[in-house]
Amino acid sequence: MVIQKQEAFLDKLAATLGRERRTEGVERPIWSVSPQLEVYQGFDQDDLVDVLEKQCAIIHTDFRRTDKAGLANVLKEVIIGYEGKSIIVAKDPRNKDYGLDGFYEKLQQVGREVHEWDATKGKENQVFAERADIGINFSDMTLAESATITLFNNKDNGRSISLLPRTWIAIIPKSTLVPRMTQVAKHIHEATQQGHAVSSCVSFISGPSNSADIEMNLIVGVHGPIKVTYIVVD
Amino acid sequence: MSLKISSGSFENRVQRGVENDFMRQAVSSAQGRFKSGRLNAAAELGNWEDWRTLGEEIRTHTLENIDYYLQQLSEQVFKRGGHVFFAETAEEANEYIKDVIKKKNGKKVVKSKSMVTEEIGLNKALQEAGVEVVETDLGEWILQLDDDVPSHIVTPALHKNKEQIRETFAEKKGYDKSDKPEELALFAREQLRKDFLSADIGITGCNFAIAESGAVTLVTNEGNARLVTSLPDTQITVMGMERIVPTWEEMEVLVSLLTRAAVGQKLTSYITAITGTRLEGEVDGPEEYHLVVVDNGRSKILGTEFQSALHCIRCAACINVCPVYRHVGGHAYGSIYPGPIGAVITPLLDGYEDHKELPYASTLCAACTEACPVKIPLHELLIRHRQIIVEENKTSKIEKLAMKGFAKWASTPAAYKISAKMARPALKPWTKDETIKNGPGPMKGWTDIRDFPAPSRQGFRDWFKDRDKGGDA
Repeated sequence: MVIQKQEAFLDKLAATLGRERRTEGVERPIWSVSPQLEVYQGFDQDDLVDVLEKQCAIIHTDFRRTDKAGLANVLKEVIIGYEGKSIIVAKDPRNKDYGLDGFYEKLQQVGREVHEWDATKGKENQVFAERADIGINFSDMTLAESATITLFNNKDNGRSISLLPRTWIAIIPKSTLVPRMTQVAKHIHEATQQGHAVSSCVSFISGPSNSADIEMNLIVGVHGPIKVTYIVVD
Repeated sequence: MSLKISSGSFENRVQRGVENDFMRQAVSSAQGRFKSGRLNAAAELGNWEDWRTLGEEIRTHTLENIDYYLQQLSEQVFKRGGHVFFAETAEEANEYIKDVIKKKNGKKVVKSKSMVTEEIGLNKALQEAGVEVVETDLGEWILQLDDDVPSHIVTPALHKNKEQIRETFAEKKGYDKSDKPEELALFAREQLRKDFLSADIGITGCNFAIAESGAVTLVTNEGNARLVTSLPDTQITVMGMERIVPTWEEMEVLVSLLTRAAVGQKLTSYITAITGTRLEGEVDGPEEYHLVVVDNGRSKILGTEFQSALHCIRCAACINVCPVYRHVGGHAYGSIYPGPIGAVITPLLDGYEDHKELPYASTLCAACTEACPVKIPLHELLIRHRQIIVEENKTSKIEKLAMKGFAKWASTPAAYKISAKMARPALKPWTKDETIKNGPGPMKGWTDIRDFPAPSRQGFRDWFKDRDKGGDA
């Protein structure tokens, strides 16, 4: 790795600002207002689920709610609805915690392909994801305000799962709900200050891909998934 | 392409815009939708003015300390396995990127929409070097197939209708279906998927780089930027040097302002923050990563009375409320940055010589300043441009002559009196029902797009003299 032409470039900026280079000691000021902290203050987890559900309708996302015991059934219904013959899922310890490992095995027994992301298989994962009907992820943090799933992508949870398949399902443990992006930003900022490396890709996903590039008509489904379902698990 | 997109005169460009009925209709309808989206999103928050204040404070602090934050960013990108190149000029940036591609023996580049790469003319530079470049944003792809230029910074193909798009797809890509937007988009998805899977290099712009951790945030709806950053093994981010924030916390605030101000969304479908190369064991993401930080004239704005223009977060809210843009469209500005913000920054980045008309392409109604989510005083900056243009004698000879003539005429009471009296009879042949719809000579420019009221029977001076006698109100 190399950094090139930095010194002359930054010296020039300092000079145009009429001062010496600043290389240390710059602190963020205390901002005069912080409206972002006020959004949905005092809301409990169930209130936030209500906010999420309302926003789902706006972003063309199907919303389901169930509990741990009912998850496999709801998932099955959504998979059938999406005509999912091939499915790609993250290698996530929550698959087991939520009893989905057995469910995925059963799906395979009835002739559906289920691929769990496997870092040792390299690009094969992408190839499978590209032809998969459905990708499935657990949400790491969920933003109620904008109905956004946050994924901290890593070697067991590839970016392709939520991107390449035709449709996508996000499982949302109710405990992952926060009011808005503010809380995720704070979490990452604090982790960074403590010296933790941030994930190579943090994905904030709000429903299916879309575009308004043709005569300002909203087209749902462009490069990313065309249909999306969220399943909130109590 | 570069910053400047036309060699024709400003008057000719305006004329073409005014005569393009479809474009004017499309722009007018888009402006309405964008504007109501922004206002609804702002109203929903309730305290939009506080958000704008916070946005302005963040941008001001960051630009005041830009050298510090750029150094922090570059160190963090380096730590995460990335290369960083600081480019003073467009040519330096393009040369560096060409060199990276050459070393990787790259043949095909997939790009997601980026204004800065338009500004530096990257596509042309790469194509001249024999590299295939595919724009993957739907609007940009349409323009690329048609060899056209953007007319809006958020929806670049706003000036095209679906029938034109269908024809372009048919002619260039063998498309044989209808002009339904969904079918057109599905066709683009299928075609571009092949390009994503076969490209060696991905190039994106940057909405906000985060200094504290070296992340680059991309704000999109279609998902193409995610594909560009996930699939090719080499990735290059090109950022205008001012597109930076101190920490994740400021990124979050500015993204909230951007998506609301731009399209009225709480967040766009995808906000993606990528950092350096893929980590050990990861499959998606690049194995080689480059960040190119571009000055290209921006430092000339720093430390001047125009510094706040660098606060711009490219939401286009000012464009979406501008009555002049509404009538002339994006191409009339002759710059890839149209509308009020374009009229402010284009002369700063590229000099007054070719763009001295732009600060006059404004009614100074201040709707732009009011719409700006980071409170850039756009109309005041436009007035300042006009002062400089006059003070530095950059106005055209004809305008100077006209101004001289006006001064002489207006300061000669007899001449003024006669012409005020003559205005109504002189314009009679063009007057119908007290309005002029198709005026002669210099009036034509006005009446081509709106009506002009016929001069009143009684001038102000006569009315003033007669007011005690109970003259016309």
